[in-house]
Amino acid sequence: MDSLLPLAVAVPLVAAAGISALNPLFGHRRRVLDAVAILTAAAVTGLLVVIMLSTADGQRVYWFAGFTPSHGVALGIDFAVDQLNSGLATLTATLVTAALVFSWRYFERVSTYYHALMLVFLAGMVGFCLTGDIFNLFVFFELMGVAAYALTAYRPEERGPLQGALNFAITNSVGAYLSLSGIGLIYGRTGALNMAQIGQAITGHRPDGLVVVAFVLILMGLLTKASIVPFHFWLADAHAVAPTPVCVLFSGVMVELGLYGIARVYWSMFGAGLGHRDAITAVLLALGIATAVVGALFCFRQRHLKRLLAFSTINHAGLFLIGIALLTPLGLTGAAVYVIGHGLIKAALFLSVGIVLHRLGSVNETFLHGRGRGLPVTGVVFVLAALALADLPPFALYLGAGWIGQSGDARELHWITAVIMTTSVLVGAAVLRVAGGVFYGLGDPPSEDPQMAEEASEETSETDEAKSRTPLSMIVPPAVLVAAALAVGLLPQLGDLVQDGAVRFQDQAAYNATVLVGAHIAHPTALLGPEDTSVTTTDVVTGVGTAVASLVLALMALYWRRLPVLRRGFEPGAGLVRPIRRFQSGVVNDYVTWMVVGLACIGGALAFAIR
Amino acid sequence: MSIFPFVVVAWVCAVGLYGIITSRHLVHQIVCLIVVQSSTYILLLGVGYKTGAVAPYFYDIPLNTPAVDPVVQALALTDVVVEAAVTALLLAFAVQAHKRFGTLDPEELRQFQG
Repeated sequence: MDSLLPLAVAVPLVAAAGISALNPLFGHRRRVLDAVAILTAAAVTGLLVVIMLSTADGQRVYWFAGFTPSHGVALGIDFAVDQLNSGLATLTATLVTAALVFSWRYFERVSTYYHALMLVFLAGMVGFCLTGDIFNLFVFFELMGVAAYALTAYRPEERGPLQGALNFAITNSVGAYLSLSGIGLIYGRTGALNMAQIGQAITGHRPDGLVVVAFVLILMGLLTKASIVPFHFWLADAHAVAPTPVCVLFSGVMVELGLYGIARVYWSMFGAGLGHRDAITAVLLALGIATAVVGALFCFRQRHLKRLLAFSTINHAGLFLIGIALLTPLGLTGAAVYVIGHGLIKAALFLSVGIVLHRLGSVNETFLHGRGRGLPVTGVVFVLAALALADLPPFALYLGAGWIGQSGDARELHWITAVIMTTSVLVGAAVLRVAGGVFYGLGDPPSEDPQMAEEASEETSETDEAKSRTPLSMIVPPAVLVAAALAVGLLPQLGDLVQDGAVRFQDQAAYNATVLVGAHIAHPTALLGPEDTSVTTTDVVTGVGTAVASLVLALMALYWRRLPVLRRGFEPGAGLVRPIRRFQSGVVNDYVTWMVVGLACIGGALAFAIR
Repeated sequence: MSIFPFVVVAWVCAVGLYGIITSRHLVHQIVCLIVVQSSTYILLLGVGYKTGAVAPYFYDIPLNTPAVDPVVQALALTDVVVEAAVTALLLAFAVQAHKRFGTLDPEELRQFQG
């Protein structure tokens, strides 16, 4: 059974190599490539479901080449799989499958590299989820990074893709090298690269400066991947230009993998050693709130549909970080369920935007106003997904939001629910405004913003020209994903199942024992104890309230010119355009400056607090 | 082990970051990224270094001879491979930018802002 674990990474890698090697034979037979890629991704999904089900009674560990630990000292490299990371890997493989099915008819011409890169990307992401070795984590981080940079610049003949890919690659590489420095330092201190071994070595001592510095440095790469303010700038540039099926993976899982990395590094290595101080919660909460607020505000003012969805992802990354920062099993449960729901729904939204681009040849909300009336099915899928994104029950997202809020209440942080609600209303309203304006022609056409019109008009050559009908292979994936988000939300016992996984994830002693001496821990215990996961009336009311408020705000955004209090000719937020342009400047030099500032602030805060 | 290699690491890393931040030329910027990465090689090798130790080949020397840590050397080697991939890709982007738009200035390549 355990020997299945490496297959989840090996299968897509071998398939990618095979596709590249056989390119001369099959290069012109595109359907063969499509079919091989889809079948590989589907097989990996099935494999990961089997692995996920097998973790229900405990963690699974696989040692490469049979290098099992001797006398509790890890020499080899291991995959350590529990409910949460196998669940995240399954979500990854599912979205890759959906994106590849969507690509069947989406691209006019497609080169071999697309399929090979998608499969390498899949292998990198799955490996990142499953590995139990910190250097291996870095290697998979870079593997998925390189595949992602190349996919971003899939159309290198345009300005935008080059800008997006360069910004993405340089910021993420700087983050990765800072992480690697942290890994080098912690290896110097502990002589180990296995996460369990490192955790065991630094537990029980007073944390010294070196451990804190290593922790902060390792966080840098993960925070960049997770697009946490002030490391988030690359995300919108990369999302705006990557092919739409690739955006599905960037938003749906890659960003979330950064957050998973933070949780993994914290709970498997540093948590016990640093003593689970309140200061760590405070720093991560501050980052999460800043990210949620910045993402929501930028999302609401966007007219470029892909960038709008990208900023919504930044908002959600902040909310997930808040759930992780609480350090409770229920907070982590909420974040995990939120990630599943968000991944499915955001993928459906991006795929719907892909259909709009395919049919109407634009992603500019202003241009598209009312032109989506001929896309009734896409419209319905988009509206449902938009409502789900605004936490409407019974889609899975409201459960995640509700549990993070409940867990915040239990830790006397009552304002967390307010933060989640306000930012979700802004994001939900932005997406619903698009839905109403584009697909139903509601409200007045928005006034033309020349800068954004220019940006969005270059976004046309992904599909050659506007098509007259939507192929079934393009509309089925988003519809199925929305249905899946609904099904997850209705799953009985979902909270208890995920919280079991969260408790195991947070029991560092059990993780160490399972990995290093092969012990079977039937009943792990978390630091702060599990909480009640029943769905309360408050959760449902909060969810419905958020959705209704989003709808109202969306209608106000569509009809604001007719509101009696506002005069014609008044543009809300017109004075903010310049500072916003200077903040999100689109130049990588500024982004790296912000990263250095972020490193100094986070490092300073943690060093001061943990000392 | 002296503190000196780590001072060099911090200095090389800072110099590389300063270069990335101030550069107006993509190729220069990419080379600065390599400089940042070079600091990680020094760090890794510095972590595993032992004064007076030999290279870790136990072919014709006694098994208890002090040797430098071979693990960090393996890590540095992997790091070099990663760097080669990333750098090649980035330079390919720079070549494309120059071919299509005749510029290597990140600001002139900008399409999105705000």
